[in-house]
Amino acid sequence: MNPFTYRRATTAPEAAAAAALPGHRLLGGGTNLVDLMRKGVEHPETLIDVTGFSQQIELTPGGGLLIGGAVRNSALAAHPQVRRDYPLLSRAVLTGASAQIRNMATVAGNVMQRTRCTYFADPAASRCNKRVPGSGCDAQGGFTRYHAILGGSSACIATHPSDMCVALAALDATLHLLGPDGPRALPLSEFHRLPGDTPHLETELRPGEIITGVELPPPLPAMRSAYRKVRDRASYAFALVSVGACITVENGHFAEIRLAFGGIAHRPWRATRAEAALRSGPATPEAVEAALKLEFAEARPLDGNAFKLPLARRSAAALLAQLIGETA
Amino acid sequence: MAMKPVTFTLNGLAKAAFTEDGQNLLDFLRRGVGDMAPKYGCGQGGCGACTVLLDGVPHLSCLTLAETVEGRRVDTASGLAGATISPLQEAFMDRFAAQCGYCTPGMLMAATALLAKNPRPNRDEVIEAISGNICRCTGYEPIIAAILDVAEGRVGA
Repeated sequence: MNPFTYRRATTAPEAAAAAALPGHRLLGGGTNLVDLMRKGVEHPETLIDVTGFSQQIELTPGGGLLIGGAVRNSALAAHPQVRRDYPLLSRAVLTGASAQIRNMATVAGNVMQRTRCTYFADPAASRCNKRVPGSGCDAQGGFTRYHAILGGSSACIATHPSDMCVALAALDATLHLLGPDGPRALPLSEFHRLPGDTPHLETELRPGEIITGVELPPPLPAMRSAYRKVRDRASYAFALVSVGACITVENGHFAEIRLAFGGIAHRPWRATRAEAALRSGPATPEAVEAALKLEFAEARPLDGNAFKLPLARRSAAALLAQLIGETA
Repeated sequence: MAMKPVTFTLNGLAKAAFTEDGQNLLDFLRRGVGDMAPKYGCGQGGCGACTVLLDGVPHLSCLTLAETVEGRRVDTASGLAGATISPLQEAFMDRFAAQCGYCTPGMLMAATALLAKNPRPNRDEVIEAISGNICRCTGYEPIIAAILDVAEGRVGA
């Protein structure tokens, strides 16, 4: 691991100013960044500890919740209001990682975490366009069980590993950012990029910008929501496929539906096509089936992950059937 | 490389030691302070052998920077025994829950935190609490049984 210095930022503006400096990286829980430094993937010269502020979960004037960027994942999952009004978020966080990692990892760090592609994490022996732009991608034709079936490119087929972000996407969460030009807000669903020819550019975060918090809109009346994760073992494993959904049903029709997938794309995958097809339409298994078919029309499964296409469709269909049943 | 003093509480006792830039808490505890209970397993946050409690909450000391524990409370398996071994340690012995013993200090700390927060966990809650701690010897069943022995009052009652 390269030598580095450590210091604490005590305010968000101080952290944003430091984030703009060359060789500086923000440190949350360190569960991803310190690991990647040890593997030789990341080489910051200075780590700015940002866990000393933005630690609150507060009600917003509109009746939503504002979650500070430094809130620990376990604190988020255990928060009474999150458990009551946004149970899929609590559930998603608790299906991620291990107790130790959830105790350490922050909300902003979870959003910013890098892919778990094994070729990305292996500088000694693997080529990776994300790590070294233009060097090639050894995942193509390699072990692709954990790789993308939607939105990938010839340059990169990595997936975003977060469970929390899938729930946040389904909840229509908004990120609060602070940068040299002041604060701005960006929907979480628009924050992570697809790889295209530039897989090293992973988010819309600008130089010198930091995530100060995540805002959840107020829960919809009579909203039903759930999160389902399919993985290789019952605990402490990344998603092969995960799905989060929020729905409201009136007179047998979807008044609102928000659907997001994890484990299948370079970003938490908001299923906008399926949502548009289903919104205001009948809440039936046939309609759901047709909408999911549409959503995955452009899926490009690989030899090692072709199972994900039927798995994602079935998982979403089962989850929506469960939620529709709860509204009856 | 700059040396910085770190003042913290280790197993209930005030400690002060110097750390180097970038040193992790595991290395700091073992080489800097001489507490050999937390173990180096994977160095990637994957195995839990380095688990310590930071302000009572399980953390991976290999991914924690030593400087971040300034003013905080660190507990390791070295602090579990008083004049006699703790009920949890006794249960681990009774159940043969340690074979090579390398995961044991981490397992004990994960279990200690669980029982402090939830004194009567069920089997699923025990499994979830130690799912971040890898054991390659026991097959986990003796460890689960030992923790449940304490939870259900069969040891240390």
